[in-house]
Amino acid sequence: MTTAASTRETYGKTLLELGRENPDIVVLGGDLNKSTFIHLFAQEFPKRFFDMGPAEQNMMSIAAGLASSGKTAFASTFAVFGSGRPYDQIRIGISQPHLNVKIVVTHAGITAGDDGMSAQSIEDLALMCALPGFTVIVPADAPETARAVREAAATYGPFYIRLSRSATPVVHQNDYSFQIGKAEQLRDGPDATIIACGIMVKAALDASESLAQEGIRCRVLNMATLQPVDAEAIATAARETGAIVTAEEHLRHGGLGSIVAQVLGEHCPVPLEMVALDRYAESGRAEQLLEKYGLTAEKVAAAVRRAVGRKARPSGKGRPSSRRR
Amino acid sequence: MVRQTLDHTTSSQTRESSAHSATAEAPYSKATFSKEHLLLDELKGIALKVRRDIVEMTAQAESGHPGGSLSAVEILTTLYCRVMRHDPSNPHWQERDRFILSKAHACPVLYALLAHCGYFPREELRTFRKINSRLQGHAHIKTPGVEMSGGSLGQGLSFGIGAALAARLDGRDSRVYVLLGDGECDEGQIWEAAMAAPHYKLDNLVAIVDRNGLQNDRSTREAMDTEPLADKWRSFRWHTIEIEGHSFPAILEALEEAKTVKGKPTAIIARTVKGKGVSFMENNPEWHGKAPNKEQLEQALRELAG
Ligand SMILES: Cc1ncc(C[n+]2csc(CCOP(=O)(O)OP(=O)(O)O)c2C)c(N)n1
Repeated sequence: MTTAASTRETYGKTLLELGRENPDIVVLGGDLNKSTFIHLFAQEFPKRFFDMGPAEQNMMSIAAGLASSGKTAFASTFAVFGSGRPYDQIRIGISQPHLNVKIVVTHAGITAGDDGMSAQSIEDLALMCALPGFTVIVPADAPETARAVREAAATYGPFYIRLSRSATPVVHQNDYSFQIGKAEQLRDGPDATIIACGIMVKAALDASESLAQEGIRCRVLNMATLQPVDAEAIATAARETGAIVTAEEHLRHGGLGSIVAQVLGEHCPVPLEMVALDRYAESGRAEQLLEKYGLTAEKVAAAVRRAVGRKARPSGKGRPSSRRR
Repeated sequence: MVRQTLDHTTSSQTRESSAHSATAEAPYSKATFSKEHLLLDELKGIALKVRRDIVEMTAQAESGHPGGSLSAVEILTTLYCRVMRHDPSNPHWQERDRFILSKAHACPVLYALLAHCGYFPREELRTFRKINSRLQGHAHIKTPGVEMSGGSLGQGLSFGIGAALAARLDGRDSRVYVLLGDGECDEGQIWEAAMAAPHYKLDNLVAIVDRNGLQNDRSTREAMDTEPLADKWRSFRWHTIEIEGHSFPAILEALEEAKTVKGKPTAIIARTVKGKGVSFMENNPEWHGKAPNKEQLEQALRELAG
């Protein structure tokens, strides 16, 4: 049995550790400080913690001002309020001058659950990956969250780290070494590659196991960094396995699937199937929503079968061998 | 309130004792110009030169924002040549005071003063808005001396809060000055920031509103009436001063008064004339974002000959 752990709680604890190590770390919150677990930092370092109330535009520009004076500024709220709402402030104030601001959001995707579609951020990866120079990370589980937050603190520049509300199945050991911009190969197989991020990494692993029983053996890549993406790992997977399936808790447009499609189109076109959302969801429990909106291991497995089937067809266009450099 | 006399002795001493004495290595002496002894006439001379630069830059670029640049000339001249502690040879000096141009479209006035102070060669003003230039159409941090990238109204006061909080955390006595437009005060984020700065008791922060009464299309009264503006800042718990924004003595006095205020930020509502100094631009919203042509430039330069 896999255990589950809260990525946002891990974030809060990691941030507290970082606060003890680095006096230049400051934290800003938008009246959701317990939900994002930054209250742990606030309790120990009240002088370095700034509550902005629900005023996210102000929060992002203030974070920029702090960063421009040499601080490493973490700003945290829910994903919807930390991306779309203050997007102009992020674009002009943080991205264009490439400032050292780390936006770490929680409650991303449909698993935000019963609060309904307004609270379910399913467009944020498209928005944030549209910003040149922004590093965008979707950790798969708690150990990866801890590593990614530490890497973000240690690396100059703007970051967007996207976490979930519910506890996430743990797929990594605690000593796992995360590298920004590097895909992690979790399984190998010659027939297809599943590329996943966030909570869909576990679904990808489950799918690969059930497919193995049918004789379809998959490579599984955890693509935690969406930007800058590991294009080489994608192209290599396309060349070596000939079919790709992406899985993400985000819209089809502008997220992991789109990014992978772009890399394939440029480097090695092969059949691609995307497991992703195509519309707004609704209120409900996380598991119910994942089931109803098709973000399950079964849907990933079905997508792999489709992709492998397309690979066999002699359409020519999608054959990796015909486009090999 | 009477703000007639230019008491530069007092103001210099205040500066000396409050902030400057902490750093014995006086950046003033490093600078190529002597801020300490600039008299009123000299400030007026600089202002005229800055105005000529503004109309020339925009004419040369065939675009840009002369109106809201001209209205802020005295405010920026006072800050850069009399009030602020800064070192043009070291733009990232951590102990510096910061000037943040929230209405970043008015960057011609900022560029003219930065060039005057020696942040970059004066000839570079000719590259304003041109390809490969460091002088972008809206202020951007790639220009030496520019603190904040802007262009989208409403963000600079929040940025200034960040800079002021950082100074306090570091134990620096740096002060932060933010210039806002009165049209810009329509932006909701200004009032988010107006609420936050007194909450954090930022007495190292000064917001200056360039109250020229015009915005992009028309007057602020017609577009969005923000009056009573001073009362709004007061009710948000700012120490609020209203002044004549083209009077050096009034600007100086207000900025010195702000240094004495403890426990809250200061807002200075500076009544100004958009397009000030060029007769056909004055109080005419058409000159918000339009460059003078050749004849208009010549007339403007004649009026600004001094
Ligand atoms: C968010 C945003 N909306 C609209 C604009 C376009 N715009 C540029 S300047 C301006 C009017 C600003 O008026 P004011 O702040 O009074 O400037 P000033 O008159 O001092 O030049 C507008 C609407 C902008 N730059 N940013």
